[in-house]
Amino acid sequence: MKFDTPAGPNPIDRLKVVGRPTDRIDGKSKTTGTAPYAYERHDVAPDAAYGYVLGAGIAKGRVRRIDTASARQAPGVIAIVTTLDTPRIERGVMNVAYLFGGDVIQHYHQAIAVVVAETFEQARAASFLVEVDYAPEAGAFDLAEAAKSAAPVPADSGEGSGGNGEERVGDFEGAFAQAPVTLDATYTTADESHAMMEPHATVAAWDGDRVTLWTANQMIGWGHGSIAKMLGLPKEKVRLDAPYVGGGFGGKLFVRADAVLAALAAKAAGRPVKVALTRPLIANNTTHRPATIQRVRIGATRDGTITAIAHESVSGNLPDGDPETAVNQTKLLYAGANRLTAMKLARLDLPEGNAMRAPGEAPGLAVLEVAMDEMAEKLGLDPVAFRIRNDTQVDPNQPDRPFSHRDLVGCLTLGAERFGWAKRNPRPGQVRDGQWLVGLGMAAAFRNNMVMKSGARVRLDGSGTVTVETDMTDIGTGSYTIIAQTAAEMMGVPLDRVVVRLGDSDFPVSSGSGGQFGANSSTAGVYAACVRLREAVAQKLGFNATDAVFEDGAVRSGNRAIPLAEAAAGGALVAEDTIEFGKISKAQQQSTFGAHFVEVGVDVDTAEIRVRRMLAVCAAGRILNPKSARSQVIGGMVMGTGAALMEELAVDAKRGFFANHDLAGYEVPVHADIPHQEVIFLDEVDPMSSPMKAKGVGELGISGIAAAVANAIYNAVGIRVRDYPITLDKLLDRMPDAA
Amino acid sequence: MVGATAPARQDAGVRAERTDEPVLATVTFTVNGQRRDLELDTRTSLLDAAREHLHLTGSKKGCDHGQCGACTMIVDGRRINACLTLAIMHQGAEIVTIEGLGQPDNLHPMQAAFVRHDGYQCGYCTPGQICSGVAVLEEIRAGIPSHVTADLGAAPQVTEAEIRERMSGNICRCGAYSNIVEAMTEVAEARA
Repeated sequence: MKFDTPAGPNPIDRLKVVGRPTDRIDGKSKTTGTAPYAYERHDVAPDAAYGYVLGAGIAKGRVRRIDTASARQAPGVIAIVTTLDTPRIERGVMNVAYLFGGDVIQHYHQAIAVVVAETFEQARAASFLVEVDYAPEAGAFDLAEAAKSAAPVPADSGEGSGGNGEERVGDFEGAFAQAPVTLDATYTTADESHAMMEPHATVAAWDGDRVTLWTANQMIGWGHGSIAKMLGLPKEKVRLDAPYVGGGFGGKLFVRADAVLAALAAKAAGRPVKVALTRPLIANNTTHRPATIQRVRIGATRDGTITAIAHESVSGNLPDGDPETAVNQTKLLYAGANRLTAMKLARLDLPEGNAMRAPGEAPGLAVLEVAMDEMAEKLGLDPVAFRIRNDTQVDPNQPDRPFSHRDLVGCLTLGAERFGWAKRNPRPGQVRDGQWLVGLGMAAAFRNNMVMKSGARVRLDGSGTVTVETDMTDIGTGSYTIIAQTAAEMMGVPLDRVVVRLGDSDFPVSSGSGGQFGANSSTAGVYAACVRLREAVAQKLGFNATDAVFEDGAVRSGNRAIPLAEAAAGGALVAEDTIEFGKISKAQQQSTFGAHFVEVGVDVDTAEIRVRRMLAVCAAGRILNPKSARSQVIGGMVMGTGAALMEELAVDAKRGFFANHDLAGYEVPVHADIPHQEVIFLDEVDPMSSPMKAKGVGELGISGIAAAVANAIYNAVGIRVRDYPITLDKLLDRMPDAA
Repeated sequence: MVGATAPARQDAGVRAERTDEPVLATVTFTVNGQRRDLELDTRTSLLDAAREHLHLTGSKKGCDHGQCGACTMIVDGRRINACLTLAIMHQGAEIVTIEGLGQPDNLHPMQAAFVRHDGYQCGYCTPGQICSGVAVLEEIRAGIPSHVTADLGAAPQVTEAEIRERMSGNICRCGAYSNIVEAMTEVAEARA
């Protein structure tokens, strides 16, 4: 199905199943521990041997020699595959660094060997006997230093909101010079780790020249093609299966070393092998969100109308890597006649920087929305009112291009009302509650609504059960449930008559999970397949597909009604289709909007920061399942609170690695850090987005929240910290008198 | 006697044929009400004994370092990080894993509350959160104080602050904390 005109009325609009806060259909499996994740597939590979991965002990250079003689003699060892035995393996989709093969070390903890043994304990013990001789080389590890020689980003970066390295509208410099009120501030954001709870893991099994990988991966279509290319196999000889994925956040968008090494090790061992990256390998072996240095300049008239806005960002990456596209939202979020956005990319030899939840917007809004707070204060305006004053209903770079639907103002005003924003004292450091100085902060949330081609297959059998198959993944996003809701709505059956099977490369290729495009795109693909199935059913039952009504397990037309199952009495009916998005997706700007409101307390003596209240109001089209969508938003808010307050991969700029590479050193929010969270979804639909009229919410929640926390801290204590994360040591020597 | 090169000793339950062969030991404990006899490499964690030997994969390995809580089991009534303890240290223990709390057709009230409140997303930390959640309510009931218990002389109450403090060893990167607290509160209130 080609989606190239705005969606008209369709069966989804009935909202008998879609749009309801249904419990997840995979909930019982997850809460009882019976949902199988990649490393747990005793059912498919009962005789799997254990692979243990070794990471390089240098950040840059070459491996001269790997001595495996002792390790091979160790008890239980079946095989050892080293990077020196293996020609350099081609990169898969979105890989920047090479994953394995050859003697070149591009980054610390790059995989250099896998030891396979009968047990995990034996593989681990034998790995300690492997001796490696390196020829290290000097590298660039300090972003601030490398930024001095960073090159402008010339072309489409392809991530975040997409777009060019430098864009100009009007005369920014001229307008900024003439503006009566200006801000020019520079901020930094830290390197961050996805730190998903399930380590990257794969079980690989060969059957002759065919290989199956049970793996943790967000994008089965990409991974399928990548593994085929990396192993030099035709795609038909490769199968990937990922029915459950224990979190990804962008870190599992692509094939990583676990998958490649499991496949190579299984071949070498002559039996299935399972490989999980140990937790201490993950931060340096895999990918991270790159740190940024961002400069924002805003010029406005005295009444708070922005006349000039510039956002520039520098980040670093390995050769062939992309920038963190932190400036992109600034092209679209606020009005202003004179504009500049620009990015530079520094060459670094740290591990690979790549997409992490809301790439671009998460660190970009963390900065822009603090700059807006600073500017509002200079103008003597309320931060909410300042943002409303500078709202735009068109793309400021192309004023003839409207937003498909934009209600940022609605989010801001409703949020302010519900949060009690009017009670905020605009003078910082004034509100005391016992030991705590209390502050309120807010920020706008913004993330584009991307759409991706997505396919599905649906089958109606004689029992009236509808089975959906698509290679879509559920990485905690709720895909199982919203796909079941979509099929139930389309076929007019209750939710418990729908079976959903996901994550298998034998199924039709879907959008996959990423960029908050998964929910809208994959359900639109299921919608398309169901339209086909409805046609097949109507034809079978002698109805006209256009006027047949599918409801309550029956098909009706006029005064005729036939049970749906009867259509499959003579054999199952199967239909498959793919939703493809035409020019409509670009004709208008499709974005999602929100407003974050946060209350913090800062201890007057210790500067300990506690988040006390959080509210997000979101405008993101039709909400397919308010319960799981809310969880996506609060989850984003938690991760963004981590970015605001604690998350920072600490760079050892001499040795060139992230020093705090486990969950004790890399701190993420825990229960005690997070208060009760409120989320409100505005009741809206966006017929430009898809037949579902939905948009993404998975990344909207993280977009802007860090700034709301930062602004609340400023309101509490009057200290503006421009370097994330805002830890208490950055406040302590500047705290107001505790009197 | 836990090293790979530990000398062979002919103690009951311990044998090693070569000095560099793994030292094996037998251990017997009860898992989810069922007696289990295992002969294990002495280096095997309780977590790997469950996941790799008993095929009880509900308990998750998130870090293998006691930093995330995904492996939480209830051993002799107390929650522990099963990755930080060797299986052979639990001779005679009564062990409850997520599988022992309830099954899909017969959910434990805490499991049902997690489903109702969407107290999870990807599901990987969930068994640990639930085991921890069940044990936390027992700890409070038993009068065990926490860092946030204001009055050490009085019985601790099931408050949101107590739950958040006691659950902070169980990381949820999907960020379901707010919902988990609500699920636990509901279970506590239903029982009160």
